[in-house]
Amino acid sequence: MLLRHTPKEVKEREALTINPAKTCQPIGAMYAALGIHNCLPHSHGSQGCCSYHRSMLTRHYKEPVMATTSSFTEGSAVFGGQANLLAAVENIFALYKPDVIAVHTTCLSETIGDDIPQIVSKAVEEGKVPPGKFVIHANTPSYIGSHVTGFANMVKGMVKYFSVRTGVKDNQVNIIPGWVEPSDMREIKRLTAEMGVKSIMFPDTSEIMDSPQTGKFEMYGKGGVTIDELRASGDSIATLAMGHEASVPAGELLDSKCKVKLYELDVPIGLKATDRFIKTLSDVMNVPVPESIERERGRLVDILTDNEQYFYNKRVALYGDPDQLIPMCEFLVDIGMRPVYVVTGTPGKYFAARMPEVLKDIPEAKFRQGPQADMFLVHQWIKNEPVDLLIGNTWGKYIARDENVPLIRFGFPIMDRVGHSYFPNVGYTGAIRLIEKLLNAILDKRDREAPEEKFELMF
Amino acid sequence: MPEVRILKERERQILRKGSGDQDMACEQKSLAGSVSQRACVFCGSRVVLYPIADALHLVHGPVGCAAYTWDIRGSLSSGAQLHRLSFSTDIQEKEVIFGGGEKLYAALSELIDAYHPKAAFVYSTCIVGLIGDDVNAICKRVAREKEIPVLPVHSEGFKGTKKDGYQAACDALARLVGTRSPEGISPFSINILGDFNLAGEIWMIRKYYEDMGIQVVATVTGDGRVDDICKSHGARLNVVQCSGSMTKLAEHMKQRYGIPYIKVSYFGVEDMADALYKVAEHFPENPKILTRAKDIVRQEVQALMPELKRYAQALQGKKAAIYVGGSFKAFSLVRALRLLGMKTVLAGSQTGNKSDYEQLKELCDEGTIIIDDANPLELSKFVKEKDVDLLIGGVKERPIAYKLGLGFCDHNHERKEALAGFTGMLNFAREVYSSVMSPVWRFAPRRGGEYRSSLSIGREDHGQRISEPFCCHS
Repeated sequence: MLLRHTPKEVKEREALTINPAKTCQPIGAMYAALGIHNCLPHSHGSQGCCSYHRSMLTRHYKEPVMATTSSFTEGSAVFGGQANLLAAVENIFALYKPDVIAVHTTCLSETIGDDIPQIVSKAVEEGKVPPGKFVIHANTPSYIGSHVTGFANMVKGMVKYFSVRTGVKDNQVNIIPGWVEPSDMREIKRLTAEMGVKSIMFPDTSEIMDSPQTGKFEMYGKGGVTIDELRASGDSIATLAMGHEASVPAGELLDSKCKVKLYELDVPIGLKATDRFIKTLSDVMNVPVPESIERERGRLVDILTDNEQYFYNKRVALYGDPDQLIPMCEFLVDIGMRPVYVVTGTPGKYFAARMPEVLKDIPEAKFRQGPQADMFLVHQWIKNEPVDLLIGNTWGKYIARDENVPLIRFGFPIMDRVGHSYFPNVGYTGAIRLIEKLLNAILDKRDREAPEEKFELMF
Repeated sequence: MPEVRILKERERQILRKGSGDQDMACEQKSLAGSVSQRACVFCGSRVVLYPIADALHLVHGPVGCAAYTWDIRGSLSSGAQLHRLSFSTDIQEKEVIFGGGEKLYAALSELIDAYHPKAAFVYSTCIVGLIGDDVNAICKRVAREKEIPVLPVHSEGFKGTKKDGYQAACDALARLVGTRSPEGISPFSINILGDFNLAGEIWMIRKYYEDMGIQVVATVTGDGRVDDICKSHGARLNVVQCSGSMTKLAEHMKQRYGIPYIKVSYFGVEDMADALYKVAEHFPENPKILTRAKDIVRQEVQALMPELKRYAQALQGKKAAIYVGGSFKAFSLVRALRLLGMKTVLAGSQTGNKSDYEQLKELCDEGTIIIDDANPLELSKFVKEKDVDLLIGGVKERPIAYKLGLGFCDHNHERKEALAGFTGMLNFAREVYSSVMSPVWRFAPRRGGEYRSSLSIGREDHGQRISEPFCCHS
């Protein structure tokens, strides 16, 4: 038992997080910035931060992840990081030639109190930023929020720095997809195009974090939202912000800055959340839902009904990020499963407001968020009353092994399997993939463990 | 082809053997704004100490530092598994303003009550260095109250490089050494320093030494135990691998307890045999030890060589690039690759010092590029220039190699097979062979003219060489 040190008895902890169901802000800002075309994320702090974030993103995406660091020393900790950032900006444009440097802070530079906009204007004054190139920033202190907050802050930074309102509306919609995989972004764009709607998606990591082998090492992928697109987002008819934590802050800013109407949606995971996305898109852009999408939905409903008996009343434990957990739990309930334990380390009132409604038919369900809401707690709950399935990131494999529960990898980071970059979880087709995964996990376990006399070829 | 720019400041960190006698500039901070592959002080301390499986490892700081290092190296333990959990004080804004001391005290006390560990390590992260929590005093207080060693590890990220983290880890370890009675330890005894048991290496090495009739007192830190470290000053010799991380502790034990140390490497046939002989030679009063060492080497080599030769035949003349954390590892790799018939055409490290690079230059063939603290652009430029078949590196280098269409071998955190010892050499050969000779490279644009053409008929670049492995949007 790898986690033999996890006791069954749940004690209230005050000062301690064990096996966190979250990580810190800067990595989210880094991931978001990778979704801008020709952008180099820059970590304003110690070398280690940048190295850790790159390693974790690399493990998750199996792609080279490029980002630079201010390489703080003791001197910078005492005198501030201005000199480091000025030198960094100059070196980066000379060496790596990005269109945009997206600076995020760390606990170190935040506590020292470095004023990034002031340092950036100094860089501009000193001619360190070539014409037509940009330095944007987001404040991402590690001791506030979580990786999701960092993502949200960088997306907000994109709006703050680039979105402009010319006064002439363009017949297009902004889509802020939230912290999802490149495959998900690709799928949301496909559905939107299928509806005949022109869209601007930001950030967009497809064609960056899922790039093909070309025999070249490329600093920047082909994809990403361009500066022109970000500017034009201020003239869109509406913004669909998917996920309250990761996307709504940027959507709100677009609304107040450029008067682009905000529609708040869940990340379209599962049937109902995808319905809401399609319906909203159809209403807002005044387009009919094409038959092809109706038929896609029909295929999802078909696989759901074909297999309902395997899902019914199965107990599921989940951990991860609020924006994913909310629609995922809704979907599980919709197909007859019981999400009984739901945990996120990410703070924010929205999760606490939504979960009771999502779980209203599961009276035994428990959910928790914040500092002591961690995977240690999930494990303790499971020890007290077991579950049939576990859904979450790679770190769940310890619990899965100890408690003999199948783990469905979902969320961030997934460091020990592939597929998430290529096959979406969102939309009707994504939901079909989720169904396949759920079903396989349940049936594989049954086949593996069935006694000989009960082993069956068919199911 | 667009030319990769090497910043002036970096020029002296790269040299080619045979082109003048330029001195290597190294041990410098990475340039601000570089895509450095390096990590921080905390990282150095954490990787060195965390394999001690029956100790508590509490990271005092925001949650990230604990999350990113949660069992990342997969250090294996034959018993306790406490090191596989990730404990953090998860500092919030409130503590940044009012101090995190109370929270640290509460967390430590809570944890020690729950787990009764043999010792506790408390890692200070960047922010702790700034807000000024008195970690020493808190550790002292808890140690007194709970009656176990509670050791502060001063690993604030900005206070230097990974190497300084090794130093901080050695300082903490030094406080444990000598705290238990060394009674009953054999006169023919050693400590194994500097292997982290990422894939079970320590078990193999330990067995070789035990078969020679040597008692292994402590393994520091792979599969490590607090009690063993506490009495490790009873051993007669320290055997140090990974010189970067553990030499400081060996030095300390030499000065304080008069225990001599030798530097070894367990990687590759020659180095492994050497590691056994050197230890045997340290105990001339018991000639049986050397006899047994020779027996072991003979048996192992006899078993190994025929199979190794088969791989070497296939790999003859293939070219390798090495980019690793410590330069000591690079020496062994150059030798081991040579045994497989391969040539090292690029060798680099994150943390080498001047004499390391001198030694590396000595060891390598004419024309080999030697590089300190490389960034991905430089790596890909040289890899292309030298037309290599294999890159040996760590997690951040792997996808770069694959994008270029090169074979890859992880000689770092993510290795899955033990690469040390005689068996390890065979594992290494197998891994190198399976990557370099994999049929998939035929489809990779860089090498695979034959399989790419069918789809690109009619395209402009058809028939041209599309494999410029470096491209930077300008």
